[in-house]
Amino acid sequence: MTLIDLANPTRFLSLTARLLPFLAAATTILLLVGLYLSAAVPDDYQQGATVKIMFIHVPNAWLSMFVWAVMSASALGTLVWRHPLADVAAKAAAPIGASFTFLALVTGSLWGRPMWGTYWEWDARLTSVLILFLMYLGLMALWRAVEDPTRAARAAAVLTLVGAVNLPIIKFSVDWWNTLHQPASVFRMGGPTLDRAFLIPLLVMALAFTLLFITLHVAAMRNEILRRRVRSLQMMQARAASNDMSAASTASQPA
Amino acid sequence: MSLGPYASFIVTSYLAAALVVALLIGWIAIDYRSLRRRLRALEESGVARRSGRSATDMT
Repeated sequence: MTLIDLANPTRFLSLTARLLPFLAAATTILLLVGLYLSAAVPDDYQQGATVKIMFIHVPNAWLSMFVWAVMSASALGTLVWRHPLADVAAKAAAPIGASFTFLALVTGSLWGRPMWGTYWEWDARLTSVLILFLMYLGLMALWRAVEDPTRAARAAAVLTLVGAVNLPIIKFSVDWWNTLHQPASVFRMGGPTLDRAFLIPLLVMALAFTLLFITLHVAAMRNEILRRRVRSLQMMQARAASNDMSAASTASQPA
Repeated sequence: MSLGPYASFIVTSYLAAALVVALLIGWIAIDYRSLRRRLRALEESGVARRSGRSATDMT
């Protein structure tokens, strides 16, 4: 099966049916390994056991941006190539991305209270992630508000690409502004500053959450394809009913 | 494994993540079943795809 074959929703559905059990199994195994490694890490010399929140918070924060990047690539697919699955992919990813962003905000607050003495601070990193969360909600509302899927797809694609401007702002906010949030400690010039004892469980958890996203995304895309089938069958049903009614009214008219 | 004085913050973080992931999985699974049920009902009412294939066909 080539990549172009996947443009056919029926072929995509057939692939998901075969792929999903393996993806779900790999996600479960990697999550269990990640959770075990996270539980086994020693306490941090400054943060104590609260460092364990990092293994949940950081993967969710990374994924909140990664999912928007996936949606941006899909938006290009909608606007430039009009790929039949591009809008399906973007629409299916939005609630999952919103959930990861919500978790990044909640776990960040729960980590911030014991470390910073506050649940929330209007600093650049926290505020830009909150804006990302609101943009996810806005996009989901847009898809629901516009009835015609083609028009909704174009509007959502433009909004997604505009929203992508926020991604570098989130990433570099800790360098550009004086923030309460710590600067980058993994993906940075000069390599990670994290000790291997924390870095390895963090990378395993990040991989596990990425696999979780892929699994949920594929399953949500399958649902979205089925939802579009339901819509097109309902429209065919309505058209057939309307034709029957007009035929009946023509037959009942006096000659 | 001792979680120290901030155990409630750590446990709440992990529980929140578990809850949100469980809700996502549940929503996707329930949505899938509901869509397949609606497709089956539409097919039983006599509506067919232009290709003639079953709407619930995944192969």
